[in-house]
Amino acid sequence: MSGGSKDPPYTSAFIMAVITYLEAIRQALFDEMSADERVFVMGEDVGAYGGAFKVTEGLQDKFGEARVIDTPISEIAIVGSAIGASYMGMRPVCEIQFIDFIACCFDMLTNFAATSRYRNGAGVPIVVRGPCGGGVGGGPFHSLNPESFFLNTPGLKMVEPSTAYDAKGLLKAAIRDDDPVLYFEHKFLYRRIKDEVPDEDYIVPLGKAAVRCEGSDLTIITFGAMVHTALDAAKQLEADGVHAEVLDLRSLAPLDREAILASVAKTSRVLLLYEARRTGGIGGELAAIIAEEAFEYLDAPIMRIASEDAPVPYAPPLEAAFLPTVDKVVEGARKLVEY
Amino acid sequence: MTGKSTLNADEWRVADPDRPSDLLAREQLLEMYYFTRLAREVEERLVILFRQSKVIGGLYRSLGQEGESVATAYALQRRDAVLPLIRNMGALMTMGVRPIEIFRQYMAKGTSNSRGRDLNIHIVHMPAPDTHEPVIVGPISMLGDSIPVAAGIAMGARMRNNPRVAMAWIGDGATSTGAFHEGMNFAAVQKIPLVVVAEDNKYAYSTPISQQMAIKRIDERAESYGIAHELVDGNDMLAVYDVAKRMVESARAGHGPQLIGIDTMRMQGHAQHDDARYVPKTLLDEWTAKDPLRRFRQVLIERSIAGDRELDDIDKMAKDYAAREADLAVDEPMPDPATVTRGVYAGDDYAVPRIELVKSPFARVSAGLKTRPTQEEVS
Repeated sequence: MSGGSKDPPYTSAFIMAVITYLEAIRQALFDEMSADERVFVMGEDVGAYGGAFKVTEGLQDKFGEARVIDTPISEIAIVGSAIGASYMGMRPVCEIQFIDFIACCFDMLTNFAATSRYRNGAGVPIVVRGPCGGGVGGGPFHSLNPESFFLNTPGLKMVEPSTAYDAKGLLKAAIRDDDPVLYFEHKFLYRRIKDEVPDEDYIVPLGKAAVRCEGSDLTIITFGAMVHTALDAAKQLEADGVHAEVLDLRSLAPLDREAILASVAKTSRVLLLYEARRTGGIGGELAAIIAEEAFEYLDAPIMRIASEDAPVPYAPPLEAAFLPTVDKVVEGARKLVEY
Repeated sequence: MTGKSTLNADEWRVADPDRPSDLLAREQLLEMYYFTRLAREVEERLVILFRQSKVIGGLYRSLGQEGESVATAYALQRRDAVLPLIRNMGALMTMGVRPIEIFRQYMAKGTSNSRGRDLNIHIVHMPAPDTHEPVIVGPISMLGDSIPVAAGIAMGARMRNNPRVAMAWIGDGATSTGAFHEGMNFAAVQKIPLVVVAEDNKYAYSTPISQQMAIKRIDERAESYGIAHELVDGNDMLAVYDVAKRMVESARAGHGPQLIGIDTMRMQGHAQHDDARYVPKTLLDEWTAKDPLRRFRQVLIERSIAGDRELDDIDKMAKDYAAREADLAVDEPMPDPATVTRGVYAGDDYAVPRIELVKSPFARVSAGLKTRPTQEEVS
């Protein structure tokens, strides 16, 4: 891997660098393409330009045009040809320039990729990644959180990191996985989040949640950028003597049911926080799992805090009213503990 | 029309570079006839099974289109990739799929390639890279999707330094989809060795081609992508083979994707439930007279390749084979309901039977034969 040429100060320790969430994604692509010649990247403007957010910057210089392919504006062709190439043993990583555009290849993902293994045993080891989420004035078509569109499609896996460490480790795990993985990267976090990331090879396994903050009074179950909203809310609550646990799902399919139920059993109060629209969102599924399997542990109703049921609006005051905020989470948490 | 029938027996003696069919040996011509007859007989058996309620769901005939389906696939090398549609039974027979695989699929047997999870010819065959076997990827019901996937297969094979030409069939209806457009354009930009067989069989379900496209020739779909294209009489098997062979070799030589427009006719309804009352009888009469199997038989007789008795023997061989295969499949078990969620994800793969590939009775003979001399060799 990329750390191999450096002299580690201690042989037993990882070389850790503080890098951004975006740099962590890029490192994962560099590492996996260096380690495995079957891995290649395709998407719109990913080559010489380095991608709309510069995630793939430098990749084409290092790996050439044959492995970093600039495509026409054709999401169906991007995902469809990735499926075909994966059948031939390749490991394609598709970039969807803004994840909103994944709607254009919905059929290819849900009907072709997701069913292929079940139908004929033909696995589709592809990664489809792209920037999701709001908070940056992107408006209705550059702000989406699409996970619930795919939650009802067995055969697909979905992840969304909240830290640079996870961004790298989850992408590596997704590329090595034998199933199609949707990798949502929150664009609000790209350059705002930095943390320590090992140079050495590691993965964050799919299907495993992480407790970001221990607590005993309620559990905030969330993922992506909302993890940071939840952590800020937990800090405020702590000042009032309310100890919130923050569970970062990391994988949205498969869900880490064990971690979810363990935390609910511990705190008995649940706040489901997600950035997609409330109705039909992943919170409904989480609430159902908890109601079915942990009902006897609950001391309060399950609460959802999510975006408003509207298209994502453009103007900053509208978007601020639309998105979940720290204040909304704190207020909700107080209601739950007082119930 | 660019493609035309070239059946003049006198001209046939010396190979014309534009007519690769001149190089086909006698056994190869008989093999093409056999595959075409076999495709028709397999479907005839399926009709019987359908009427006995043993076929689950719909049955889709390729009556009238078997010839082009065989002749296009016959232009491939054995280890190329095929992405057929429901009406390309001929292509599947040509690539060597054992008929029992088709019967198992249509009857949703637990022994089928999809283990009762998917329909009719929705089969997949992924050979090991070093074997001399075709890649077969059946369609999904969103038919345009095969085109980008086919492009990816040929691109991926090229990236793996194990190149294969991909041939994908598509009906006039599916050439109207966005997937077709995106796949064609992508393949053209990337110079992918993809040969698309675009079949104008006059109707997409009940919609006539005049309401499908405002162009007269289906092959003109390719023009705006900068893709080489030709239209051919789809019921003239040797004319189809000639165009297909040239295009396959051109694609293999690195000249990018190619599109063959096939002028043909779907002789039955969309599926068995559809009486196709929307098709004028005069149109059916016109195309009945152009039946590809009868025409090819006539060519073989005119060129003294075979006589009626020999061709009758082939007919009987195909019919008996189809019947035997159907009988073998009919009593096989349905899938175990307890397996319903198996195989959705990696690590839980559930007993996927590999497609059995067989050689035709003519293969052993034709493999060792010298083909006819080319023009250059003669001069």
